Amino acid sequence: MPPTKQEIFNKIRAALVDALGVDDDEVIPQATMVGDLGAESIDFLDIVFRLEKTFGIEIPRSELFPEDILTSAEYVQNGRVTPAGVEELKRRMPFADLSRFEANPAVQDFGNLLTVSDLCRYVESKVAAVD
Amino acid sequence: MRWFWIDRFTEFERGRRAVAVKNVSLVEEQIDNYLPGFPIMPASVIIEGLAQTGGLLVGESSGFTDRVVLAKINSARFHELAVPGDTLTYTTIIETRQADGAIVRGTSHIQDRLQAEVELVFAHLGERFQGGDLFYPERLLCMVRLLGMYDVGRDEHGQPIVPPAYMLDAERVANLPGRRDAGGAGESAPAGSKNSQPAT
Repeated sequence: MPPTKQEIFNKIRAALVDALGVDDDEVIPQATMVGDLGAESIDFLDIVFRLEKTFGIEIPRSELFPEDILTSAEYVQNGRVTPAGVEELKRRMPFADLSRFEANPAVQDFGNLLTVSDLCRYVESKVAAVD
Repeated sequence: MRWFWIDRFTEFERGRRAVAVKNVSLVEEQIDNYLPGFPIMPASVIIEGLAQTGGLLVGESSGFTDRVVLAKINSARFHELAVPGDTLTYTTIIETRQADGAIVRGTSHIQDRLQAEVELVFAHLGERFQGGDLFYPERLLCMVRLLGMYDVGRDEHGQPIVPPAYMLDAERVANLPGRRDAGGAGESAPAGSKNSQPAT
């Protein structure tokens, strides 16, 4: 039987507590990984390792961190992601809520978009694909 | 000063677990200089020793072809001080091994007492990080021989581990006449010493 949303959240929370040294009660769905939980770039590697092991899934770097889009001359102009780039991000990251980013698509703000809730949705989709 | 923070491996199971010892001595520079008059082994170099034990374990599992670096000290807890005369036994276990790196748990014991425990994250430097190899193969081979990796190492079937062919080739080339200064034998392991013989 596939895990429930609550079970997925509980396991993600445990992974974030271990990887980031935060308290259980700080890991809430709307918390942003970088701004609220203090994740740095190397922490994402740690988090990915834990999620891959916990859920038996593979997480390609480009799915969670679409660096190729954010550094592309085609999709970025003057430090801002173009409408075509935003569409590509939406296509690549259907689990993420990009509405706020879309209003002001500055590349430098992208890193602080991902929330715990986004991560849960992403893992749910990967687990569903495995099952 | 050589950046060796373990004295030798005592157990080595490829891709799984490694145990190394570090003898703490009053003659060591860091003991004198860290807290003058209060000789203790700095916690930072205990972590480094655990990282060397675990990092070589991770690196060996790919024949040292992945460029493995310590990326993050996830946690480090110390339960007692290590002082001259102590033998620290470092035990590291690979908890998670992925394409991009590994998570390793390590403990340091003094006799049967838990002295410290750590969790470390190792990363492989991918193609985004250019700049060539981290080590000359022949020098790395010399180092892991000095540490006794091939004296105690066993693979997943319990068979002795041996150096990868490319490292032996590099050593052979470095030891050719006129090439000795290329670093083949290392600084203190002249060709012909016990630890510089290829494991067969």
